[in-house]
Amino acid sequence: MNLALVLTLSALLFSIGVYGVLARRNAVLVLMSIELMLNSVNINLVAFGAHLQDALAAGQIFALFVIAIAAAEVGIGLAIVLLIFRNRETINVDEVDILKW
Amino acid sequence: MNGPEIIFTALAVIAAVAGILVVTTKNVVRGALYLVAVLGSIAAIFMLLGAEFIGWTQVLIYVGAIVVLLLFGLMLTRAPIGAARSVDNQQRGLALVVSASVFGVLTYLIWRGFGDKEIPLKQVVRTEDIGNSMFSNFILPFEAISILLLAALVGAIVLARRDK
Repeated sequence: MNLALVLTLSALLFSIGVYGVLARRNAVLVLMSIELMLNSVNINLVAFGAHLQDALAAGQIFALFVIAIAAAEVGIGLAIVLLIFRNRETINVDEVDILKW
Repeated sequence: MNGPEIIFTALAVIAAVAGILVVTTKNVVRGALYLVAVLGSIAAIFMLLGAEFIGWTQVLIYVGAIVVLLLFGLMLTRAPIGAARSVDNQQRGLALVVSASVFGVLTYLIWRGFGDKEIPLKQVVRTEDIGNSMFSNFILPFEAISILLLAALVGAIVLARRDK
């Protein structure tokens, strides 16, 4: 199987995630886009691990670490989102601008 | 194209279409369900690449836990159930330009650097291999990750609890 084909899917999912982070207002949808970007990194790690025939399976182990970090990130992220909603009655990221100016 | 490439392309098309729907749909709850389709087809791609443990971990943690957590987040912040008017901001054109250029540059570099490389698809990494490697060669990062998860758990509880 061609390696570049898999890497292209990963690049496509990463770009979709970049678009979502930049264009979405709802903070939970921004978190979903971040999940897409983290998943595209996992595809890269597993594809290079399979390409290099790694005896230590380092690519897959680091993919597992990325999954663990994604779980931690979404837990903290949702706690922050709930806190903002409790204080401001909105989770639109462009309305939470108290630190902006 | 050989057999695995055809299967991969079919899964990749599902992942890409569902991914585009995640970032463009007006209905936020449906966005989370399209995310399930993306994550499920990526799990199938992992198994196609010989990474069965990563594939099942993806199903368990992403589809089973993270999407449910995101749905809880949507529910607790009183997300609109039907189609919402304003889920996108005014920078959609700019965001499209940025993401299209990221995709263009990455794709050009990938095909220039790795266009002729092949994945052999001979080796299936079993769970036993992952466990042996993780608890011998990668024990220090593993412990660091467990400390990070503990810190994240405590942090989430401290952030989300109501002050008396």
